[in-house]
Amino acid sequence: MTETLTPPSPKDEVAFVRRRLTRSERIAKTLSGAPFTAKLGLLIIAFYLLAALFAPLLSPFGEAEIVGPPYAPWGGENLLGTDQIGRDIYSRLLYGARNTIGIALAATLLAFVIGVGLGLVAAIDRGWIDQILSRGIDVIMSIPSLIFALMLLTISGSSVWALIIIIAVLDSTRVFRLTRAVAVGVAVMDYVEAARLRGEGLGWTIRREVLPNIMPPLVAEFGLRFCFVFLTIAALSFLGVGIQPPNADWGTMVRETANLLQFARFDLTAGLTPMLPAACIALLTVAVNFVVDWFLNKTSGLRDDK
Amino acid sequence: MHPVLRTITQRLLLGLLTLFLVSVVIFIGIQFLPGDFAQAILGQAATEETVRALRAELGLDQTPLVRYFDWIGGLLQGDLGNSFTGRNAGGNDLSRPVVELIGPRLANTLFLASVTAAIAVPLALILGIAAALTRNSLFDRVVNTVTLITISFPEFFLAYILILLLGVIWPIFPTLADVSIGMEFGERLYRTTLPALTLTLVIIAHMMRMTRAAIINLMASPYIEMARLMGENPLRVIVRHALPNAWAPIAAVIAFNLAYLIVGVVVVEVVFVYPGIGQLMVDAVSARDIPVVQACALIFAATYVLFNLVADIVGIVTNPRLLHPR
Amino acid sequence: MTNNAPSDLLLNMRNVEVEGFSDRGWQPIVKGVDLTLRRGEVLGLIGESGAGKSTLGKAAMGYVQPGCRISGGEILFDGMDLAKLSDAEKRKIWGRRMTYVAQSAAASFNPAHRLIEQTVRSTVRESVMPGGEARDDARGLYKALSLPDPDNIGDRFPHQVSGGQLQRVMTAMAMSPRPDVIIFDEPTTALDVTTQVEVLSAIRKIVRETGTAAIYITHDLAVVAQMADKIKVMRYGNEVEEAPAREMLNAPKEAYTKTLWSVRSLRAPEKPSAETLLSVEGVDAGYGGGTKVLHDVTIKLPRGRTVAVVGESGSGKSTTARVITGLLPPSKGSVQFEGQALPARMDQRSRDQLRRIQMIYQMADTAMNPRQTVGEIIGRPLEFYHGLRGREQETRVIELLEDIELDDTFYDRFPSELSGGQKQRICIARALAADPEIVLCDEVTSALDQIVQEGILRLLMRLQEERNISYLFITHDIATVEAIADEIVVMHQGKVVEQGDKQSILTPPHPDYTQLLLSSVPDMDPDWLNRRLAES
Repeated sequence: MTETLTPPSPKDEVAFVRRRLTRSERIAKTLSGAPFTAKLGLLIIAFYLLAALFAPLLSPFGEAEIVGPPYAPWGGENLLGTDQIGRDIYSRLLYGARNTIGIALAATLLAFVIGVGLGLVAAIDRGWIDQILSRGIDVIMSIPSLIFALMLLTISGSSVWALIIIIAVLDSTRVFRLTRAVAVGVAVMDYVEAARLRGEGLGWTIRREVLPNIMPPLVAEFGLRFCFVFLTIAALSFLGVGIQPPNADWGTMVRETANLLQFARFDLTAGLTPMLPAACIALLTVAVNFVVDWFLNKTSGLRDDK
Repeated sequence: MHPVLRTITQRLLLGLLTLFLVSVVIFIGIQFLPGDFAQAILGQAATEETVRALRAELGLDQTPLVRYFDWIGGLLQGDLGNSFTGRNAGGNDLSRPVVELIGPRLANTLFLASVTAAIAVPLALILGIAAALTRNSLFDRVVNTVTLITISFPEFFLAYILILLLGVIWPIFPTLADVSIGMEFGERLYRTTLPALTLTLVIIAHMMRMTRAAIINLMASPYIEMARLMGENPLRVIVRHALPNAWAPIAAVIAFNLAYLIVGVVVVEVVFVYPGIGQLMVDAVSARDIPVVQACALIFAATYVLFNLVADIVGIVTNPRLLHPR
Repeated sequence: MTNNAPSDLLLNMRNVEVEGFSDRGWQPIVKGVDLTLRRGEVLGLIGESGAGKSTLGKAAMGYVQPGCRISGGEILFDGMDLAKLSDAEKRKIWGRRMTYVAQSAAASFNPAHRLIEQTVRSTVRESVMPGGEARDDARGLYKALSLPDPDNIGDRFPHQVSGGQLQRVMTAMAMSPRPDVIIFDEPTTALDVTTQVEVLSAIRKIVRETGTAAIYITHDLAVVAQMADKIKVMRYGNEVEEAPAREMLNAPKEAYTKTLWSVRSLRAPEKPSAETLLSVEGVDAGYGGGTKVLHDVTIKLPRGRTVAVVGESGSGKSTTARVITGLLPPSKGSVQFEGQALPARMDQRSRDQLRRIQMIYQMADTAMNPRQTVGEIIGRPLEFYHGLRGREQETRVIELLEDIELDDTFYDRFPSELSGGQKQRICIARALAADPEIVLCDEVTSALDQIVQEGILRLLMRLQEERNISYLFITHDIATVEAIADEIVVMHQGKVVEQGDKQSILTPPHPDYTQLLLSSVPDMDPDWLNRRLAES
């Protein structure tokens, strides 16, 4: 072995470098790669948001306005007929988007503020604060959340704020569990230890090292929790203890017009009337679930813009 | 003590502790009720005297600690107090004991839940395992999309679709599930068909997806690849190599979904006017009938805790590490 | 061994291609490789990670992992083409005429069944022997593989048996149906050196006694030298060269093979002795109030020199590093820096005390935040310790990148866009950015391929020379120690066995444990294992 060997330069080692993309390029690329169901889901969500935002402009009548005889059939002045006291179903569906989605979104956001905050504290602490929080939340979670919500609503009475706070607190337990689990996974990483060894403060470590790395599961969880909250509120309203009349809300609308179902043999549209708000609920949750499903598949594979 | 027994004992004690804490939570919740119970129940027209009498009966003149032990003590003897409804300002007490209200309804709910579980559990396990084993096939993708849609539907939507199709347009099944005591089994089953079917659809979707995920996770273990490399045929790989390790995750999936079933029961009972404990609870919530709400919540929570406990124990007794300690 | 009668030819793979499916479509893993194996022959398959050697080994059985496919060539085994057989037909061969030994026996045994049942399963299934006879035979194999208590060890469950023993049980399982070919897929990689020797000699003995043909896959040259009759070198899914073992070891032909061989010759220059910069004084430490991990550990680290801490897993070497950094306060003793005791806990130390001791980790993958660019990763300590911001910081980061033989094109990359060696260099640059006096290196080259290891070691030596840094170099690999150390500390079960100059430690006489450790490290010499077995 007399010949000298030049060691290979570290610059030439094989590594997979991605092309840098601008934000709009990245969004376009991501969307073009999405499966049909995810695109459909995004379209539906956009449609709902528009309906919720522009409800007063799009609806011919007011939210609680009595405009005709009770149970008017479809067609004519009332596109989808009227309800049991003569309010326009079509208008109420649009306003219902506002109320139902708005409240669900508010509750989910609040649940995340509580859940992520406490989850991060527990994950970083791993001491007695963690123990107390985790055990306490175990207890709360051993009461089914719909049942717990029913019980608390008995106490508080059904107001919008009570609803939002109760649902948010109960749902934050699940957010807490997930945040804690993924944050514990990240907190044991060497790069977090490296930051601590450097002498970084707790705030910086959480903000720069932990949070960016737990975002993908949290975003997916936000979609799932929104669906869950949305369905829980719909169920409570349907049971008559959620959003209260005269505010339009899909769950309440189903309950109010359920009697029409028995006339389906004579007029199918009558039978469909209570199904409309129920279908509105179902379609949105389906859409969100489609998007979340795609997002989960994507992030469990490769990160970033690939 | 053998580690299996020790672990099971630990879990049982933990379960008891959880139940105790749950009862405390439920009890404390009620203490935050604003205003004066007694006054609220009896109405403004009530005389000072009747209100005071009711306060004494409810123990409102005692400390919360004493009241808790009264409540829990009664509970352990099967006495859940009297319902709030049926009392009036005049002091006539027509209220019934909570136990009497709950008893027959609990039996009805258990009947509905058992019928559902008997259909849903085997079906969901079979579908879930089949989907996991034929991963990414057409069958798997179709089942996946369909179940994703089903879990997105509110329970009452599924219920009304079934009513519309099988109750109104083709009136095969009754849309009112008005079962009563003394009804013959066949008749009872017939009237329970639609609610049971609704619940089955709800549960199957969740359970199937979780079973699929659990099995896929299991089949990715190195020892499964090793079994294949040792020439085991696909059936033996599943039966001999995967199954013995699958009990714990499958039990967890079943427990989770049976617990979910309990929640689904509430809405479905209301839709079909099924005389079960879920409907009772909803009525009690509307009427702010605290003793009934408390009792129902405690029953639901206890069932929930129990299911999880059973799943834990299945996991423990099938774990070779605990069965055969070093 | 080199009998060329055609009937001897057991396995003949021709132009075999295997592809794997990823998000970029079907990617080749094995790109058209030929392989022949005769009866009783042992072929060593060697290469670095990503060489496709493990995939080729499994393909020799006609098996590919889910998500992969054999896309070309033929695999002739005893007249049958395994690439074309149905799974049902291949199952008659798997577990009967061809068997497999996996890298991680602990994960590859089914936790629910007793070892002996798993050992004889395919033997009984394929009616090679009836159950009772197969079990007796298995006990015989356990004995031949020098397992303790061979008559009863089979009645245990996998979790009741140690890793090195499990690996031998798995060899017994592969041997039980008396196959024609066994594929050994890195069977000793996960084991400590002293355990590795036992497993290696057991495997070789039984393979020779039974005359079974084998493909032995490994990345370790010294190991393959002991096991193989002929060696095939692979890289990036292609064959580099193949030759009889002795020939290959003495005179490799291809340039790539030569670079693999040359790694072993790296030596740090002699350095004069210097004053002690940091010392660990009589430290006891343990986790969570439980058992003590360190017992009265004393280590001295001189300025500008490298102290290598060697020991097997569980010897307490990484715990020692945690005590020095202040992550784990000792229950007794102290850490002295320039004669002053450092506060025991990290959060009591000043920013400057923290700056002077930096750490580099084994897994560069987890040591860098995947969401930060190289510029941010190296820039942060510059800002944190030296207050550099903006353009000043960027200039300094690029200087550091050049110091570690990379350049400014790396500034905007994310860790996922770097090779393993580049990642470790970035971690070195991050440590350098603090301008430290001591760098703790925890197994920093263990996860890297040999050529890359050498590059990293050379870099560390150069930086030491330029900046007079002291290294505490934790490793289990004696070859690395020989290359880089000035002084050596041998640790065993939480105690320091000995500390001294490299020369004095590596030359006899040794304490018993050092002797065992040193004698367990395989040489490139094919006769090494024979000699060692003869000695003991």
